[in-house]
Amino acid sequence: MLIGFDTLVFYTFAVITVLAGLSVITARNPVHAALFLVLAFCSAAGVWILLEAEFLAITLVLVYVGAVMVLFLFVVMMLDINIEKLREGFWRWFPFGGVLAAIMVGQMIWVLGSRQTSETGAQVLKHSASYSNTKELGRLIYVDYVYPFELAAVLLLVAIVAAIALTLRRRKSVKSQDPAKQVLVQKSDRIRIVSGVGKHGTE
Amino acid sequence: MMELLQYLENLLGSAWLPIWTLVKILVIVVPIMLTVAYLTLAERKVIGYMQVRIGPNRVGYFGLLQPLADGLKLLLKEIIIPSGSNKFLFVSAPILALTPALAAWAVVPFSDGMVLANLNAGLLYILAMTSLGVYGIIIAGWASNSKYAFLGSLRSAAQIVSYEIPMGFALVCVLMVSQSMNLGDIVLGQKSDVGLFGWYFIPLFPMFVVYFISGVAETNRSPFDMAEGESEIVAGFHVEYSGMAFALFFLAEYANMILIAILTAIMFLGGWLPPFDIAPFNLLPGIFWLLAKTSFILFLFLWFRATFPRYRYDQLMRLGWKVFIPLTLVWVVVIGAWMQTPYWLW
Repeated sequence: MLIGFDTLVFYTFAVITVLAGLSVITARNPVHAALFLVLAFCSAAGVWILLEAEFLAITLVLVYVGAVMVLFLFVVMMLDINIEKLREGFWRWFPFGGVLAAIMVGQMIWVLGSRQTSETGAQVLKHSASYSNTKELGRLIYVDYVYPFELAAVLLLVAIVAAIALTLRRRKSVKSQDPAKQVLVQKSDRIRIVSGVGKHGTE
Repeated sequence: MMELLQYLENLLGSAWLPIWTLVKILVIVVPIMLTVAYLTLAERKVIGYMQVRIGPNRVGYFGLLQPLADGLKLLLKEIIIPSGSNKFLFVSAPILALTPALAAWAVVPFSDGMVLANLNAGLLYILAMTSLGVYGIIIAGWASNSKYAFLGSLRSAAQIVSYEIPMGFALVCVLMVSQSMNLGDIVLGQKSDVGLFGWYFIPLFPMFVVYFISGVAETNRSPFDMAEGESEIVAGFHVEYSGMAFALFFLAEYANMILIAILTAIMFLGGWLPPFDIAPFNLLPGIFWLLAKTSFILFLFLWFRATFPRYRYDQLMRLGWKVFIPLTLVWVVVIGAWMQTPYWLW
């Protein structure tokens, strides 16, 4: 065999990820673009599994594919997006975008091509099947770096509260029900007997 | 038997592992499909008797061939693709609905060591797979190019996404108690001298109830079958589907039901463990107990359907977001604190 099974799997997933990523920005239909992004996430998770990062890989699928992209699709499907209008200014902004892209490519080459990253990449440890990636990650987050982690969590919480506080509007016109009141309702609240009814329902 | 396997292994060489895995996958998937078929019959029979009817009784003895007749009928029907629909997505949506429902079975342990993939992050894998099922529904609704299908798909997708959260938190409680995400270890963690009192449904009783009810909502079953709501939106996301494409959605729904039932049995009701570790009970093989517990929970699904009226949509959302999620959040803290005290017995 010319290449190992690992390498074959890696290149399969890598090619799918890159092609799906390209399709995200070239797809004419926004819903298709969102679905290509889902495909990109799934194949990226495959690459992570190859790196023995099964916790991160499954969490990527669970959080990004299972939750974030579903909400994304919701919004995209209900919007009436006119793709022609969105593309109008493409050539006008192309030089600006091109410069940004060139800077990013340069940065990536700088990071990936440096001696440190290229050397550590060659020495990935192989662990036995009983090795628990999750426990390792848990220890790092909740023991070694517990304070920075808690700080980040509080920051996120503040951001959530702020986002909700900014968007929450109490409109007077909206009618809503109070389930507690509905449960506690009595017969006398709803029915008023106008004329007397006798023992046998006549009179 | 072992010698035969050994012989085949030597004969096939490196092709042995994929072939043997494929055989194991078939051994799991074929019974699931048969169970789905006969679950539909069981559903019609159970609901029939609950409503003082007999249910299907014409095809075969006691209607035993009814599922096969239904399957044949659906197989022979034409698949109509609506005009203006997205053909590729329209066809792939039923496949996307069924695949995760079957893929999740890879980590389900049927007995001690009897599991296709003994994953360390099994619980997480299950959560990820069940969260993928919603794509089939969303894509089906969108690709159909129909208002009813789209509304139905939005409804049921919102419902599934909402009820995933309490389900996830209920599972967080389970993994806190068992200190493992491996489903086999979770079952073994429930093993004790006191039999069924060692199972997790006792310390986690609220989570057991929340998980099961969320499971009913997650699979779009009555009384949470908002997606179908015959009285309001015809049949929901699969209104434009016919023939086998419709049957795949049906299969996915029932496969998900069985999955939820077996997961409830594994995580809260001791999986393959007998209720008491004494003579008549522990002589039976473990898989019998697992299937018995699963069948009981499946019966609850059918019982619910025959008993409860459908929830209103806002009530459904209220139950998920305002009752279950706070309850599960509180119970995570309660369990965390309880486990630090000497009164923790599990």
